[in-house]
Amino acid sequence: MAIKSLEELKKLRASMQKSIDLRKKGESDDNAVEVLVGMGTCGIAAGARETFNEILTIVEDKNLDNVKVISVGCIGHCSMEPVVQINMPNRESLIYGKITKENAENLIQTVIVEEGYIEENLLIESFVKAAL
Amino acid sequence: MKNRMSLLVCGGTGCIASQSNEMIDLLRTKLAELNMSDEITVIKTGCFGFCGQGPIIKVQPDNVFYVKVKLEDIEEIVNEHIVKGRTVDRLLFEDPKEKERVKEHKEMDFYKKQYRIALRNCGFINPEDISEYIAVRGYEALATILQENTPNEVIDIMKQSKLRGRGGGGFPTGLKWELTAKQPKGQKYIICNADEGDPGAFMDRSILEGDPHSVLEAMAVGGYATGASIGLVYIRAEYPLAIHRLETAIKQAREFGFLGKDIFGSGFDFDIEIRLGAGAFVCGEETALINSIEGLRGEPNKKPPFPSEKGYKDRPTSVNNVETFANIPPIILNGPEWFSSIGTENSKGTKVFALAGKINNIGLVEVPMGTTLREIIYDIGGGIIDGKDFKAVQTGGPSGGVITKEHIDTPIDYESLKSIGSMMGSGGMIVLDEDDDMVEISKFYLDFTQDESCGKCTPCRIGTKRMYEILDKLTSMEGDPEDLEILEDLAVNIKHSSLCGLGQSAPNPVLSTLDFFREEYEAYAYRTKKQFYKIIPDKCIGCTKCSRVCPVDCITGKVKEVHIIDEDACIACGACFDACRFEAIEKP
Repeated sequence: MAIKSLEELKKLRASMQKSIDLRKKGESDDNAVEVLVGMGTCGIAAGARETFNEILTIVEDKNLDNVKVISVGCIGHCSMEPVVQINMPNRESLIYGKITKENAENLIQTVIVEEGYIEENLLIESFVKAAL
Repeated sequence: MKNRMSLLVCGGTGCIASQSNEMIDLLRTKLAELNMSDEITVIKTGCFGFCGQGPIIKVQPDNVFYVKVKLEDIEEIVNEHIVKGRTVDRLLFEDPKEKERVKEHKEMDFYKKQYRIALRNCGFINPEDISEYIAVRGYEALATILQENTPNEVIDIMKQSKLRGRGGGGFPTGLKWELTAKQPKGQKYIICNADEGDPGAFMDRSILEGDPHSVLEAMAVGGYATGASIGLVYIRAEYPLAIHRLETAIKQAREFGFLGKDIFGSGFDFDIEIRLGAGAFVCGEETALINSIEGLRGEPNKKPPFPSEKGYKDRPTSVNNVETFANIPPIILNGPEWFSSIGTENSKGTKVFALAGKINNIGLVEVPMGTTLREIIYDIGGGIIDGKDFKAVQTGGPSGGVITKEHIDTPIDYESLKSIGSMMGSGGMIVLDEDDDMVEISKFYLDFTQDESCGKCTPCRIGTKRMYEILDKLTSMEGDPEDLEILEDLAVNIKHSSLCGLGQSAPNPVLSTLDFFREEYEAYAYRTKKQFYKIIPDKCIGCTKCSRVCPVDCITGKVKEVHIIDEDACIACGACFDACRFEAIEKP
């Protein structure tokens, strides 16, 4: 497969970009949004892996280049698993409970894209207030 | 499940020696057992540069940087981090100053002040997979110039960037290419000098191991600019991993049509071959290198004629260093102005240094020209081991000299190092602490050069040998004050009368240390240096034999306990050394 022009090379590059995306995201720190999915034993039992997978797909479909999806240990709200924490720049961290395959799309769209809230799933709105 | 995590495992020579290959196999087996092979990819990368902390495993997108990983730690990483998402704290880097664990490499002093151009892909991509290189804009520089620029324009870009040869001499790369391009048409060659031979230097090896395609791409750019259709990589046979990765890269580049006939449909033909050297230091000198490639003895020729006029097979040849090449694709992609905005007035861009010796963070660092030695040693290097005092840094290997405390704040570039009697060299930096003996250091380098002298010219062949003998005599406490004058006289004469760079620079370690640490030489020459024997605590069983034979009673210790020699009282007679049956006594 010989590449015969700069355009062909650029097309090829676009198709290969995926393989290094995760690494690129990990390195960048401007405007990075972190979606932390609690993947402790209880979380996994409650379907955190499916949630995680779904979030990855949504992030990819929406081309949200600044969103890192990271699996973390148990977040602590075992009765509300699967639990997802969203860290956004210039905004306090939010924790949502009972995020399943079905409502993951709504979560990403409302919270990350539209920068809003979803009241019914919100566990902790503000760590500062929670501490009080 | 989708691919959710990448594990980057260092596949540089240093980490492979500490079992990183076995770790990769074990990781893959464990992941397969957990049915996670699809969601987690294990990638073998080139050197991360933090060799003193190897083997290194980096987890992305979490951006967690594990250091000093052992084979037995793999299971914990898999079970804790990958399955449960919990970082394994004990494998994180501990800051030598703050004594705190640091999770991300960006927060480490070692990486903070670095600016990576030549090493941009080392530790980021898999060097054995061309698609990863393409994904980071690989071969785009070559495609762009073939489509948009004439060879002369490429030379102009290089001249504007003010890139200078990174092999040590610092000759402007654009000018070197122009001199080769100006020669009458006909077969021309471009050679990549990968004969890295300074003790303690491994920049070029890491680049070839971590990002071989960038060198191949730049050689093709150079071929186009100079009118060469054949490129040769001269690399020492003792770099087997670099050779293997180069061979793989050349094969893949040919498959994609980046090497071979009619590259990118431009009509430009270029191919690369590898030539192995036997590891002679002198073959890093370009004329000796060309002789060696031709199958002749690796001896230098008189210059002129320069290789740009009469080089390989008597045809015009441009010889450039690995690191020089690695800088070229980014210069073309980002523009020469970008490159020339980095660095000092006459030295642009960055330089890779191999940090070694008595320093906390041993490894490869790339910093902008003009960075001070203090920043490299104390900020990036994390200071001297055991908090000892900094004495000097040896730069430029056997051709360079020392930089002392006095010059620790000098911005490092080609000119400033020359003006303080050292040189940039290829980038080896050996850090010395208060305990190091400068005369012994000089002796080490002279032993190296007299051994590596090819023997063609008398000053170098005989002169370096005589210098070594004088140093040996001094350190054996058999020297005389007039030896210093002879040594200095010899050094100056060898410098002025040798044929090639090896001989001309061989006396530098002596001249430089004589200049800054003359009192240490005098202590040997006047035989006033305090010498004493030492007991190695691990080997001493407390037999008391040494203390019984000591004529000045300076050894103390109880039966079955480690004995100690009083350094001030010791007269270095050697009686204890002869008496010890457990090799527990160290000679001065």
